[in-house]
Amino acid sequence: MKGILINYEFCTGCHSCEVACKKHLELPAGEFGIKLSETGPFEYAGKTGADHWEWTYLPVMTKACDMCEDRTAKGKLPMCVQHCQAWCMYYGEVEDLAKKMDGSSRCALFTR
Amino acid sequence: MLFDYQEFLDGIDREAYHEGEWQWEEDGYTVTRTYTYSAPGCHDSCGVLMYTKNGKLEKIEGDPLDPCANGRLCMRCLNLEEGVNYADRPKWPLKRVGARGENKWERISWEEALDTIATWIHDNLDAKGLGRESIFVNHGTGRNISSWVPFLGGACLGTPNIGAIGFSGYSCYLPRTCGTAAGIGDFPIVDASEGHADRYNNPEWVRPDVVVIWGCEPLRSNADGYLGHWLVACMQQGTRFISVDPQLTWWGAHADYWLPIRPSTDLALALAWLNVITTEELQDKEFIEYWCAYYDELKEHVAQFTPEWAAKICEVPADLIRDAARFYATAERGAIQWGLAFDTQVDSIQLCQTVSNLMSVCGNIDKPGTNILVRNGFEINPGYATAQLYCDPETFSKKLTVDLVHPGCTQFIGMADCDAVNRAFETGEPYPIKMFWSQGANGISCSATAAPRVHKMLEKVEFCVVADPYMTPTAVAYADIFLPLKTTAERDSMRVWWTPLRAMKAVSEWYEAKSDEELIVALGNKMNPELFQKRWPTLEALLQDYLDVGFNLYDPETGKSYKSAGRSKAGMIEVPDVHTDFWKKHHEDGTCSFKSLVEDKCGYEYDDFCATYRKYEKGMLRPDGQPGFATPSGRIELVPFATFGAWGIPPLAEHVESLTMKRWMEDPEYRAEYPFICINGSRSYEFFHSENRQQATMREFHPMPLVKVSTQTAEEYDLKEGEWIWIENTEGRCRQKVHIDPTLNPNYIHAEHGWWFPEQEPAFPHLYGTFDCNINNLTASYETGQGGIGNPLKSVAAKIYKCTDDVNEPSPGEVVTKLGGFRDDYVATEPFAWTHDNTTREGGRF
Ligand code: SF4
Ligand code: SF4
Ligand code: SF4
Repeated sequence: MKGILINYEFCTGCHSCEVACKKHLELPAGEFGIKLSETGPFEYAGKTGADHWEWTYLPVMTKACDMCEDRTAKGKLPMCVQHCQAWCMYYGEVEDLAKKMDGSSRCALFTR
Repeated sequence: MLFDYQEFLDGIDREAYHEGEWQWEEDGYTVTRTYTYSAPGCHDSCGVLMYTKNGKLEKIEGDPLDPCANGRLCMRCLNLEEGVNYADRPKWPLKRVGARGENKWERISWEEALDTIATWIHDNLDAKGLGRESIFVNHGTGRNISSWVPFLGGACLGTPNIGAIGFSGYSCYLPRTCGTAAGIGDFPIVDASEGHADRYNNPEWVRPDVVVIWGCEPLRSNADGYLGHWLVACMQQGTRFISVDPQLTWWGAHADYWLPIRPSTDLALALAWLNVITTEELQDKEFIEYWCAYYDELKEHVAQFTPEWAAKICEVPADLIRDAARFYATAERGAIQWGLAFDTQVDSIQLCQTVSNLMSVCGNIDKPGTNILVRNGFEINPGYATAQLYCDPETFSKKLTVDLVHPGCTQFIGMADCDAVNRAFETGEPYPIKMFWSQGANGISCSATAAPRVHKMLEKVEFCVVADPYMTPTAVAYADIFLPLKTTAERDSMRVWWTPLRAMKAVSEWYEAKSDEELIVALGNKMNPELFQKRWPTLEALLQDYLDVGFNLYDPETGKSYKSAGRSKAGMIEVPDVHTDFWKKHHEDGTCSFKSLVEDKCGYEYDDFCATYRKYEKGMLRPDGQPGFATPSGRIELVPFATFGAWGIPPLAEHVESLTMKRWMEDPEYRAEYPFICINGSRSYEFFHSENRQQATMREFHPMPLVKVSTQTAEEYDLKEGEWIWIENTEGRCRQKVHIDPTLNPNYIHAEHGWWFPEQEPAFPHLYGTFDCNINNLTASYETGQGGIGNPLKSVAAKIYKCTDDVNEPSPGEVVTKLGGFRDDYVATEPFAWTHDNTTREGGRF
């Protein structure tokens, strides 16, 4: 099974995946194949340094996502993965992606 | 770490992406591998694959085989097709038929447009004995502005007065280039491996240990030729961060230290960091001994600027200042990413020099993972200086210079002085400006500080030409002739801003629009046929000249070479060989052409200079080929006695408050009236300055201008998310929609810039709604700091109030375009009515 791994620790909320996907699926305003969720910003009272703030974006893949079947069949990357500016999206076999997660930063694995 | 560059490269199906091909057919589309470079766009050029059908751009995607951006695009270029095919894009040249601001036009031919321009200049300037200096040429930013438009000004129109209208203090980038050139002699950028074609795999490259993101949001702005997300790749590889910013950005939330300093107190912080570094002996002693000068003088000077002293000014704790300074200074490889905020303070020039010192004293110069020194690829440098080569020297000597408005200052900048230009518009002194040429710029919606004041200047100008891909507020308000320009998808062009050299290949067509380059060729052959017939009769000749000599002069008969005498000097000097490094590398193998760059090189080529570390050891920086830096002493001058001395700038830095901030802190009544420091102009992902507002997808994400207020302010003023509010000060008012930011200091608000609404009524008083929301209704021109550099436009005082019926009329558009403006008491050279000063220095002078 194919999936998309999102190393969302580094997602900047840049919207490139959203727009790339809209172009691919030709979605009208208000519809998304992948949509950002935002958590924070808020502070953790007891923490300092890079752990002090929570401000996390996580793109959520919607029902409209077709895993870019027509593209991947031709050997191309899914539009969202290809354009992710923060290098935090990976496409592949779910087992390989699961192995890629190494516990060093927060990840989410999406399938259709 | 999940990031693995080699795995990424190995994972690309190279056949699927047609490696090595520049153009192919696919599913009924023609696909072209090329680069974008605005308009629309930004300061960067990312590798793209453009899909076209019958001369129309249908879709676009990033090119994973491009080493600059690795196929990753921002939403702006992903949406390029909407900008290029925007239905209301002007299709042919237009002549105004109604009054200015009525938006009534008649289609004319290019021939008629150029004839009208030539005839007007002949009849109203040349025949009346007025010089061409009475033409002011205005440019925007983004696409090769620093070459094409100034070049057009000098070579086609013959004027030395080129710059940006209302752009007091050259408050963009130039303070950083000059402030750092004074001490280091070259320009430093953070090394995220961008100098190497093999990028993160380069065997010499090491990721920085600590990067300071300072007065900058590189993710959203991608400013100054730098892709902000390169730094996220570094973060994934272990780089840690410090954020210096009054607002919490993504960086601040991910940094080890966030220093939310009061706006425009950056120099106080920088001096305190130097104090910590020098008193705690954290400096790189060896680097200083071998490569720097005046360390002892610097150390002695900064001894007074303790973290405790800075804490009071910057309003952040002294310990935080100290800890962050240590974190940066003790990193083996540290680097500083600086942004526009550096250019928008009255102590800009010294701030830029001082932060350069932070790089130098820590030895973070030109080593892997530090601030590397970069120049334009292949020494192709067609900037302001080349424009001046072709302006008549006598006319050039009349350039509007800073000393006309700020006595004691010395002009050392290629641009005409922005305040001197303002003064010429306002008073006709030392001569009147009769003609305004604006190309790829929407001044009154965007870069012009004191926009309502600029409107008063421009509404009276006798003749105005606006060249732009879109009809803009600036065009509707002032243009007599409108010239339609091509977008990036339609033009053959090139760029160098560091490395690599990149080509933009035209893939689509838009009616009768011309590219900036085609406009230069057409206008030049009309206005200056003797020169243009010889040098640049065609677009092809112009592009080849760019690659061969960068618009400098090579005389094939004598074999002699000449280039411009310098940024502020007229005429030329003889040099050994003016050919570019690209020509030197490729003229013999026959691949020194635009066609070859596009087709054989897939649109790009990296140069060696930016890829080489420790150039100062290798004799690569100085004209004499000796080791060292391109400074008078050959060392990094930590106190730039010689250069700042020549520029009339005190070489030892001191923090200075702007007129507004000084009053805000000292005058309780003023502060009670205007309780907020209004930061402004931070970028958003959707827009590049005033661009992209036509694009439905960008507006879906960001429909209206937003003013950020703190949670406390929202409670105090009973404000709801999304509610319109007025923002006002002594200079004027505008309105934007509330966004509540729980992380914002309650003393600050932040307003957006560059807004107009292409979907709204163009005619006066509405003018696409641009004045209604323009934060530059609240900024002021004429205030600068040392050297005439730096206008404090990002820290203005303001009050806010609700948009209720009783206070909504008249609208700012009505006030500015119909009722004579917010103020009727402007005095040339004075920013405000409440003081005669244009700087906080004694007596208003230096
Ligand atoms: S895989 Fe394709 S369809 Fe699915 S979210 Fe990404 S771009 Fe959209
Ligand atoms: S493109 Fe990548 S970084 Fe940008 S919002 Fe999507 S997942 Fe996040
Ligand atoms: S707008 Fe974004 S994608 Fe386009 S050139 Fe600039 S940085 Fe690259």
